[in-house]
Amino acid sequence: MLFPLTRWNSAREMQRFQEQLDSLFASRSGSVYTYPPVNVWVSDNDVIASAELPGMELENLDISVHGETLTIRGGRARQELKEGESFLRRERLVGSFSRTLQLPFRVDSEKVEAHFSRGVLTVKLPRAEADKPRKIAVKSL
Amino acid sequence: MAENEMNTVENQPAKPASGDEQKVFMPRADIYETPAGVIVEADMPGVDGTLIDITIENDVLTIRGKVDAPEYPGHKPAYAEYESGNYERAFTLSREIDRDRIEAGVRNGVLRLTLPKLSQARAQKIAVKPQ
Repeated sequence: MLFPLTRWNSAREMQRFQEQLDSLFASRSGSVYTYPPVNVWVSDNDVIASAELPGMELENLDISVHGETLTIRGGRARQELKEGESFLRRERLVGSFSRTLQLPFRVDSEKVEAHFSRGVLTVKLPRAEADKPRKIAVKSL
Repeated sequence: MAENEMNTVENQPAKPASGDEQKVFMPRADIYETPAGVIVEADMPGVDGTLIDITIENDVLTIRGKVDAPEYPGHKPAYAEYESGNYERAFTLSREIDRDRIEAGVRNGVLRLTLPKLSQARAQKIAVKPQ
């Protein structure tokens, strides 16, 4: 009944799929270690991290910041099927995850902003004031 | 000479159907069957209802989702584990599915399609009029 017609367009996508499949099978508890895939952008003043978390509910997402690390925790449960229902295809990742990212500098945890929309989590982490590079004036003696 | 030309044509990368220059990914989907019909849940992070296109042509149902890759001027990528791109996937529908009653909804980047089966009760009686 189902014939997907679109080819994978990217070797990286295939590798990621494989890695995720591997982690799924490696862990009986259901947690996947390299999930979610994350993109990180850095400027002099802040770090922006984004993660694709389709199907997550906000109340199941936990974000915490500690000095130079960002931890994202959460999970989603597999659809429980009722009597008379059966899966024809199962591809989506489910289970709980916890991922800690090393940040390039210390951030101000009070000023961290996170928003979750359309299944994408975006976290903006401003650099800690104390961590900003300071210019030292050179006086001539 | 003719052989070389043929090879060139075959090795060209396929253009995404929508004509966009963006990459196209196949969204992962769970599909399950209930007594009432078939449910498809596809992960399409980054899309919402306005960016999804669902079309049925003959027996093929195609879902397409557009994603606007976010840009952060003034920032450099430190690491990139996923690429943003559009989504596309096609499914062949069985004859049992009632095309008129297909429903679609999106929540948190997941498209949920409900494909009800034709109900037996819809068999129509055809009256035979006396000539």
